[in-house]
Amino acid sequence: MTDSDNMAGISSVPEGVPMTERRIPVNDPLVSAKTARALSKWMEIREESEEDRESYRQYDNYVWKKWIFMVACIVVMFVTAGLACTIGPMNITFVETYETLWNHITGNITDVNYDYVIIDLRMPRIFMAIVAGAGLAICGAAMQSTLMNPLADPYTTGVSSGASFGATMAMLAGFTVVAGEYGLVANAFLFSLIPTALIVALAKIKKSSPTTMIMAGIAVMYIFNAFTTVMMLMADPNDLEAVYEWQVGSLSRASWEDITVSGLFVVSGSLVVMLLSKKLNVLSTGDDMAASLGVDTSKLRTFMMILVALVTASIVSFVGLIGFVGLVAPHVVRLFIGADNRYLVPASAVFGAALLMVSDLVGRVVIQPATLQVGVITAFIGGPVFLWLLLRKNSNVW
Amino acid sequence: MEYEVRNLDFGYRTHHVLTDINLKFDKPGLVCIIGPNGVGKSTLVKCMNRVNKGYTGEVLIDGVDIKTMTSKDISMKVAFVPAGTQDIFAMTVMDTVLIGRHNIQGWRTTRKDLETVRRALEMLSLEDLAMRNFNELSAGQHQRVALARGLVQETPCIILDEPTSNLDVKHQVFVAELLRALAVMENKLVIMICHDLNIAARYSHEIVVMKEPGIIYKVGKPIDVITEDLVRDVYGINCEITVVDGSPHVILKETVDDGE
Repeated sequence: MTDSDNMAGISSVPEGVPMTERRIPVNDPLVSAKTARALSKWMEIREESEEDRESYRQYDNYVWKKWIFMVACIVVMFVTAGLACTIGPMNITFVETYETLWNHITGNITDVNYDYVIIDLRMPRIFMAIVAGAGLAICGAAMQSTLMNPLADPYTTGVSSGASFGATMAMLAGFTVVAGEYGLVANAFLFSLIPTALIVALAKIKKSSPTTMIMAGIAVMYIFNAFTTVMMLMADPNDLEAVYEWQVGSLSRASWEDITVSGLFVVSGSLVVMLLSKKLNVLSTGDDMAASLGVDTSKLRTFMMILVALVTASIVSFVGLIGFVGLVAPHVVRLFIGADNRYLVPASAVFGAALLMVSDLVGRVVIQPATLQVGVITAFIGGPVFLWLLLRKNSNVW
Repeated sequence: MEYEVRNLDFGYRTHHVLTDINLKFDKPGLVCIIGPNGVGKSTLVKCMNRVNKGYTGEVLIDGVDIKTMTSKDISMKVAFVPAGTQDIFAMTVMDTVLIGRHNIQGWRTTRKDLETVRRALEMLSLEDLAMRNFNELSAGQHQRVALARGLVQETPCIILDEPTSNLDVKHQVFVAELLRALAVMENKLVIMICHDLNIAARYSHEIVVMKEPGIIYKVGKPIDVITEDLVRDVYGINCEITVVDGSPHVILKETVDDGE
């Protein structure tokens, strides 16, 4: 600035003068007394007023409500687990299930049969519901916040279509990348990563917006689905039942080994998403704003998409394509506790887990002794409940 | 705080936007950037805080090339208030403004963060909206929330892209007075893009005029810069200029007939 006589020549306070000593109102003919008074609210050091305290209390209460929501979900999970363990040919009561579990944990097993039935036969299904529900819900929340789109879910970048292609190939064509009992799982896992890899590569070549990424995901999804459909059309109709079952998702085949593998992915993935949740908040202010706050938006997007693909793949490879949870759980949570990702991510995890556990329980009870696939139930209960919530809640999060 | 732009050129893949921009601000004050639509005002300010990356030339903050600074370091020096706000997955106004503290706060929100946010909201008469959802607000309220988010970053420089575009006259004047007062009282360098010539002429300490094709046309004090000739050359509009309280005041007249 070349001519500087006017610049800040007007009564600027010398540096080093403490805030309290600064003379307000501003000695500037163009700044009105009213504006100067408003500015003093910003600059002056003052005692905390009752109004201030009231406003902090309001904010603290608001945060408390979020924790209460999470605790409520955990209680629902705990009770549902007990109820689910009572279902089966052997009669075990609600209380006995917790006793057996407690005895197993403390290493004080009193009844070997009970222990075997609860721990090895009935618990895996419940834990798989927790792992899958929590994982899909977190991935959904992460994907929605990353792509800034309420219609995004863990399958948006085509994970489901790739997994479906891989699994169908294993079931119908008998072709697996890895031989042995985990052939189908390995197929689903590896093929599910291909669509995301393509989209990430595309974003590297041509700088793309979130919308472009979603469109690319849809395109890749159609391509893979076409291949899957061709295989299904040419297959023996008797073999198709397994494919259909896989495509709606089921928890009935879960084993402790499966749970350990996808549990490791889900837990570590969730921790990373939690650590990045504050950055996701910054991203929600828009790309320019986020960049000005020091967030590398395209790097964060790419990283999140890869992370979501890995976690989602680790789930669908074992349980098939369970829909709805990843899309709707984060939305329901937003309706209750708001969109702050620091709380949305953990709350989605517990809510998603509870939702999947309850759905699976309903699926096993409603047409006893037959079982409805959990993927069908999540949509059957979840759909109407979600619609009802949309109508009832007057706060808009979208 | 010293801010300098040297020989800056910037273009998108299909067209060139900025040509040989040179600017230097070495004192606190309110600087207004004016110029016709599409001349590259937003592009320029986004190069100045490296939101736009692929420029040639240099941008220096206190003598340091921002290409050698981390984006976090830049964000501690320069706050940015963009022209538009994004309100999908909106949080409460309180949480929205708290995002401005991103680089200052830890994972948890402290009482100090809340206090700073509350002061900013109070100054902008937004305290009653603190617990409302951001997307329930009007465009003018959005704009003031965005301004609050910029202020709580507590940086020595703040860049604003049309901070008064959606405000009624009362709030336009209030925000302009406030930005001027902030520059004077807190020794901040406030750089704002503005389309209202009279707001710019009355309140700014210095005006930067941009003209097609993305060049700096004139820099100086409003009284020296805002002339009938300049408005005709830059905007193609005839006008009459009077002086009110020592600042030029533009009365717009008809479009210049250039025969096109």
